[in-house]
This record gives sequence, structure tokens and C-alpha cells, in this order.
Amino acid sequence: MVALVLPRLMDVSAASRRSAAVAERNVSALKSIYWLLLVSGFIEPLLYLFSIGVGVGALVGDLTLSNGAVVSYAAFVAPAMLASSAMTGAFAETTFNFFGKMKYMKLYDGVIATPVQPFEIALGELAWAMLRGSAYSGAFLVVMVVMDLTTAARAAVAFPAAVLVGFTFGAIGMTIATFMRSWQDFDVLASAQFVLFLFSGTFVPAQAYPTLLRWLVEVTPLYRAVHLVRGITVGGGGWTWLLDLGYLLLVLAIGLFIASRRMSRLLYR
Amino acid sequence: MTTAQPLIQARGLVKRFGSFTAVDAIDVAVRAGEAFGFLGPNGAGKSSTMRMIGCVSPPSGGELRILGMDPVRDGPAIRARLGVCPQLDTLDPELTVRENLVTYARYFGIPRRVARLRAAELLDFVQLSERADSKVEPLSGGMKRRLTIARALVNEPEIVLLDEPTTGLDPQARHLVWERLFQLKQQGVTLVLTTHYMDEAEQLCDRLVVMDGGRIVAEGSPRVLIEQHSTREVVELRFAGESQEPFASKLDQLGERVEVLPDRILLYVPDGDAAVAQVTALGLHPINVLVRRSGLEDVFLHLTGRTLID
Ligand SMILES: Nc1ncnc2c1ncn2[C@@H]1O[C@H](COP(=O)(O)OP(=O)(O)O)[C@@H](O)[C@H]1O
Ligand SMILES: [Mg+2]
Repeated sequence: MVALVLPRLMDVSAASRRSAAVAERNVSALKSIYWLLLVSGFIEPLLYLFSIGVGVGALVGDLTLSNGAVVSYAAFVAPAMLASSAMTGAFAETTFNFFGKMKYMKLYDGVIATPVQPFEIALGELAWAMLRGSAYSGAFLVVMVVMDLTTAARAAVAFPAAVLVGFTFGAIGMTIATFMRSWQDFDVLASAQFVLFLFSGTFVPAQAYPTLLRWLVEVTPLYRAVHLVRGITVGGGGWTWLLDLGYLLLVLAIGLFIASRRMSRLLYR
Repeated sequence: MTTAQPLIQARGLVKRFGSFTAVDAIDVAVRAGEAFGFLGPNGAGKSSTMRMIGCVSPPSGGELRILGMDPVRDGPAIRARLGVCPQLDTLDPELTVRENLVTYARYFGIPRRVARLRAAELLDFVQLSERADSKVEPLSGGMKRRLTIARALVNEPEIVLLDEPTTGLDPQARHLVWERLFQLKQQGVTLVLTTHYMDEAEQLCDRLVVMDGGRIVAEGSPRVLIEQHSTREVVELRFAGESQEPFASKLDQLGERVEVLPDRILLYVPDGDAAVAQVTALGLHPINVLVRRSGLEDVFLHLTGRTLID
């Protein structure tokens, strides 16, 4: 079973080449309508930033963080928008599109007849999703620097962090997609995603929540992602960024493992 | 590898889905350069067998070696040398005809430049060059099938697996596919195909196995199978009336074997014309008479007591 799932170490280069071929397929499939979707994914976090970060920020005023730093509300909200747009971008590709390719287009039934294996399909689709997610993140960081919500140097460090956030949510999304039975299940996912978006220390510091809720919130992946990115763009997180990093990497590895196991089960019937 | 060693070797190969056994301990050996067929009705276990050979379905039991390797352990290495035309087309609906071939070649690690050249050659081979930039969806069934066959050849495979390559095609499209498959065989490619068309098996296969209910019920070349399990000629008689049964009992003595189908009676005889004369001499007057050569259809009927396509 393990041999079906994990490429052996000696074929790492062949495996990455095959994963690249899976990502490449999506470039060939890019059509004009898709660009519209890409643009909308970029606009959405900007709208939140302007309406809530800047609009509500005018009412709220500055915020004092737990470490004593004082930041504008927009600077507080912006990294959360960055992290959640990385999540949204990755989810869009790895849940909805991935499910469609697997269950309806039966695309991978054709792919597995070639040397490409389920693990490589998962990795390739994830890499592709990240290409899209990273484009959003990069553009959003540029806007943050222009609006003086962070410095260029901090933005440069935040970028790979945002890419990691995308990878992790991509792996989660892909795992969820392998358990989906029909399009209806996506409504549930969308609701869950929105709840995460609201309660992950996005708009208020998690310290504002009652203790129990706070604990619950602090173990969600989006909270860790927001915490990581915010620590970079506004600074002052101490050593806890290591915890965030470890958490996200671990979830990424587990997600990839389960997703490719599930794909093997579904495809190698 | 010596020529004596079969490219595909199955011993007691089993495929189960839950408690249901779809392939029930079959033994098969396919040699290099031959065209080998699995003939059988729907549900016989042909596709399940093909998917195991294609290394996309782990066997539930028995032994399977392909190109001297183990399909579970060496899947990628085996699949790199196989071309697969599955029963249902798995073309990429978001890509054009040409992109389908180029993208597929990339999965095999073929450089893009080589892939483009090969795509052009293969489109020519299956007569789809004019549709190269069309999407897949508007293509006719026959065109999609030809594209799937072209796609199966993009890695210059040593073995091509074709699961019902011509099912649902009109006669013209079917003949084009046959012609192409024959050309491949001439080039030394080993063909493994499934079909429930007798004429297809007779046209294309050097050797075949007849499958029914997950088991192999006969094996050999089409000619040998017909010789062993049928007579040289067959007379098909249709009598007026509700049932053919009452007429059958009167014909008992005439042939080596008599088969009664709902709409006709089949007489298995060495000489068809002589048998027709005897029928007339008995004072019987069928409304329809057809004398033909015996075929695999008759073999299947003899072995299983059922017709292949109902
Ligand atoms: N994935 C599957 N799950 C459960 N049963 C299956 C599956 N695939 C095939 N079968 C069953 O196995 C039997 C053989 O199917 P198949 O190999 O497709 O036969 P054929 O190709 O000769 O028509 C059929 O009864 C079919 O319903
Ligand atoms: Mg079949």
C-alpha cells in the first residue's frame, strides 16, 4: 500500500517532473473566463480591507497589541486578509475544481494510466493552486506596502509565509474534496470557511474572546496562519512564529498524506 | 528478456469487489508481437482484467507479471511502456484535440517539442488533423475513440491495451480503427483487446480467450476455436409461428448440433446447402434460410448456451 502512495526516494526527480506535468496541464487549460475568476479572487480581500480595515478602522482607532505595540486597525486587519485570501485561493482550486476534475471530468482516471501516481497528482494540483494563491498574496502585499500598512522588508518575509499558508490550506482542501459526495457538500464547506474567516483573530484579537472560545480559536489553522503573517507584517510575535510554522508544516504533511491515500483508494479500484 | 517469456503472464488472477468475484482465477499468457483478445459478454470480467494489466487496479489474488515486473510495485515503470485505450474515453474536455495529446505525452516525461511532433504524426495517423484545434466535446463518438487510440500511442508503447475499441462506432469508423490497429501490429506492437464483437475478434486476434462470468471457458486462435467448438457451416432457419421449438425436434437428425433461439434455429452442419435440401425433403418450409460459415458467435453459443449480445 505504501508503495502505491509514496514515491520511493530514488524517484524523487521523476516524481517532481510528473507533478510538474500535472500543474502544466492546468496552464494549457487556462481560458479567458478563468482570468475573470482570478481577478475576482484578488478584489475580494481588497474590498474587505477597504470597507472594514479602513472604514471600521476610522471608528475603532488604533489598537494596542498584547506586546504593547500600537498599530492602526487597518494594519491589524490587513495580514488577516492576506492569510484568509491565501486560504480562499487555495480552497477554490483544491476543493471545487479538484472535485470536478476527479468526480465529474474523470480526468485522473486517464492520468493514472500513465506513470503519474496519485501522490504526484495531489502535489501537482497543489503546486498549481499555489501559483494562483501566491499571485494574490504578492499583489496584496504590494498594496499593503503602498498603503504603508507594513514595510517592504517585512512584506518580503511575509510572502513565503503566505505561500506556506496557501499550501497548507490547499492540502486541507484536497483532503476534504476526496470525502465530498456531491456539490451540495460544498455549501457546508463554504459556511465552515466563513466561520473560520470571522473567528480566527481576523477582526479582533483573540484575547477579546472568552477563554474557552479563545482556546478553540487558537488551534484552528487559519488562526495560526493569521498569527504567523501578522507577526511578520506588524512585528512583535516573539518565538511563537516557530509554533505557527511547525503547525502549518505538520498540517500540510498530514493533508497531503491523507489526500493521496484517499485518491489511491478512489482511483485504483 | 528472451522471446519465450510472455510479456503478460497471469496465473490464477483474481479480482474481487467486496464479496463479488469479477475475475475468477484466470491464467493468461500474452507473447510479444501477438494480438491477443478477451471475448465475452458484458459483465464477463474483461475490463476488470484489463485494468489489472494496466496497473490501475490491484489484483485481489493470484500472480500477475507484466514486462517481467510486478504491477503493484513497479506500476510507473510498467505504465511507461503501456498504451491504454480504456472502455470509456477519459479525454480532457478542457483541452483541444492537439493539447490532449501533448499534455498526455508530458505525463510520460516526453519533452514538449517531441510531444508536438508526435501529436501531429498521430493526428495524421487517426485522420484527425483537421480537428486538431477543436475542443473534444463536439467530436463524434468515432473521432473521440480515434483520439483516445492516438493518445494511447503517444509514448510509443510496447503493449497497447484496447478495451472495446470499436463499441458504439458506425461500420465506417470501425473499419478505420481496425485498419490502424492492424498497422500497429505490423509494426511489431503487442495488442491486447477486449470485444464482444465476433467479427472484430476474428479480424484482429491471433489468439483469444473466451470469458464468461469471470472465468475463461476456451482459448486458442479463432480458427482453432471454431474447428473445436463448431462445424464448418451453419444454417439459420426461421419458421412462421409463435415458437421455433416444435420445428426443432423434427430437425434433430440433420446436423451435428441444433441450437434453438427465440427467433430462429441454428443447424450446425459440414455442408449447408446439403442440409437445406434435407430440410425441404422433410417437408418443412422455413420463411427464411441463411447458410453461412461458422464463427466465434457459434463457439460462444456452444460453450455458454447463450448469445453474446442480447
Ligand atoms: N468498481 C467496481 N465495483 C463493483 N463491481 C464492479 C466494479 N467494476 C466492475 N464490477 C462488476 O464486475 C463484473 C465484471 O465487470 P467488467 O470487468 O466491467 O466486465 P466486462 O468488461 O466484461 O463487461 C460486473 O458484474 C461489474 O458489475
Ligand atoms: Mg468492459
